[in-house]
Amino acid sequence: MKNKSWKPWILLSPSLAAVFFLLVIPVCFVIVYSFWLRAPSGADIPAFQFGNYAKFFADFFYPSILLTTIRVALETVFLCLIMGYIPAYFFYKTESKFKPFLMIIVMLPFWISFIIRTLSWINILGDSGLINHVLMKIGFIQEPLAMLYNEGAVIMGLLQYLLPFMILNIYVSLDGIDKSLAEAAKSLGCTEWQAFREVTMPLSLPGVSAGCLLVFVLTCGTYLPPMILGGPGNEMIANLIFKRVIGTLDWPFGSAISAILLILLATIVYTYNRYMGIGQIFKTLSNE
Amino acid sequence: MKKIISGWSLIKIFTLLVYIWMFAPIVAVVILAFNPQQFGSFPMEGFSFKWFVKLSQNSTILDAFKNSLVLGSFTAIFATAIGVPAAMAFIRYEFRGKDFINTLLLAPIMIPEVILGVALLLFIRWLQQPKSFALVLIGHVVLTLPYVLLIVQARLVGIKKEYEEAALSLGASPFQTFREITFPLLAPAIFAGMLFAFTISFDDVTATLFWATAQNQTVPVKIFGMLRNSISPEINALGAVMIVLTVSTPLLAGYISRKFAKGPGK
Repeated sequence: MKNKSWKPWILLSPSLAAVFFLLVIPVCFVIVYSFWLRAPSGADIPAFQFGNYAKFFADFFYPSILLTTIRVALETVFLCLIMGYIPAYFFYKTESKFKPFLMIIVMLPFWISFIIRTLSWINILGDSGLINHVLMKIGFIQEPLAMLYNEGAVIMGLLQYLLPFMILNIYVSLDGIDKSLAEAAKSLGCTEWQAFREVTMPLSLPGVSAGCLLVFVLTCGTYLPPMILGGPGNEMIANLIFKRVIGTLDWPFGSAISAILLILLATIVYTYNRYMGIGQIFKTLSNE
Repeated sequence: MKKIISGWSLIKIFTLLVYIWMFAPIVAVVILAFNPQQFGSFPMEGFSFKWFVKLSQNSTILDAFKNSLVLGSFTAIFATAIGVPAAMAFIRYEFRGKDFINTLLLAPIMIPEVILGVALLLFIRWLQQPKSFALVLIGHVVLTLPYVLLIVQARLVGIKKEYEEAALSLGASPFQTFREITFPLLAPAIFAGMLFAFTISFDDVTATLFWATAQNQTVPVKIFGMLRNSISPEINALGAVMIVLTVSTPLLAGYISRKFAKGPGK
């Protein structure tokens, strides 16, 4: 095999070239551009200065958006965890012959366009949406409740986008646990709950943490739910990037915000990889 | 024993509620698409196909559909064309820096799409190239490549190396071996990878909004544009078409692959 050591590189070269030229170099450009200046005319001037970063941290406006992003991401992770663990546990335990069917169904939203899933919540939460319509019909309320354009609506959209990822990650981890371990604990006198708490749950933690990381990272990088379901105060950092780049064409500042997001996420992913290993996530995704 | 059963039924009920929660908005889109009223909302006042008819007469939407189909197909072809050899390299060979390169090629999954969008657009701008169909296409290839890699690798692990070695020792050339042995065994995974790449490309909006122009809008980008003036029954109808299309594809593919391939891998 040694004399053919060039062979894998030939097979790899197209993919490597694609990722190198279309991902690695462009991301380096984002970093470089974040030090550039923007002329009043709108032209970008090559420079090396930290003005864009200073602008970001100059007052409380931009950092507070960053904090909102992190808060919303943590809330989403928490709710995803609760809403994801129980169905995943159900799939692990159930002996129903419909299990494969139920699992395909739970993955279906993954195939539906993100924008449709996001806007579909308007039909549920809007002034003339399903909930208000039903509540007014039964005379529970006179005026429609304002459920859209707030953080709750944004989180609804995010949850629906991310829950399949969480369920899948936890399920793959649970699926690898030998059921006889919990049985052994029970035969030694544990209750069902104790067996779960002491045996099954700790063994499922790799999937739980992988799911949490994925949900956190994906939440931080999305701008559609805040844009469609949120109000003016619910903007997240990706909205800021979108507005700077597509709206005002302020490339240097947009790049600086992107770089800040990138550094934040890279730190989190790096730390995670150091202690947990990133392989779990890829393992799970390949099961899809 | 009674307590255990009640705990289990709580889990069942909760799971059922999650299902309802997850699908209620999607079902609402499909139902409201048939609402003949001007405002795409409840209550339903009858049942009509008029919004679908209106869609089929809207040339910009038909163009967007055409763009999405062409884009998705090319993305699927290119992503598998470069992804399959890479997957072969990872599973069949040992080389230095393997783990690092594997992580590098899978990185697009972990990098937020908004950054991929900005980065590629910035690079193209620096090269002084205009936004074009090719930009969206190469962007989508990078987005979908990791998924193709993961799917094909997972399948390749289950195909015994001995089959290939036997063919080689009987005098087949490496290319013949791939064509006659590896490819047929790998075909379901290649098909699944292409399907996945197609759907991701067809559905993507976060990064595509950075790359698309008015001339090469995809359907999700078009929907985004239509949303500017609130949700309309037309959007619901378009959403319903997209839902039926992208949901039926994997179900059909799953059915076909289950019928034909009962091989290793999940």
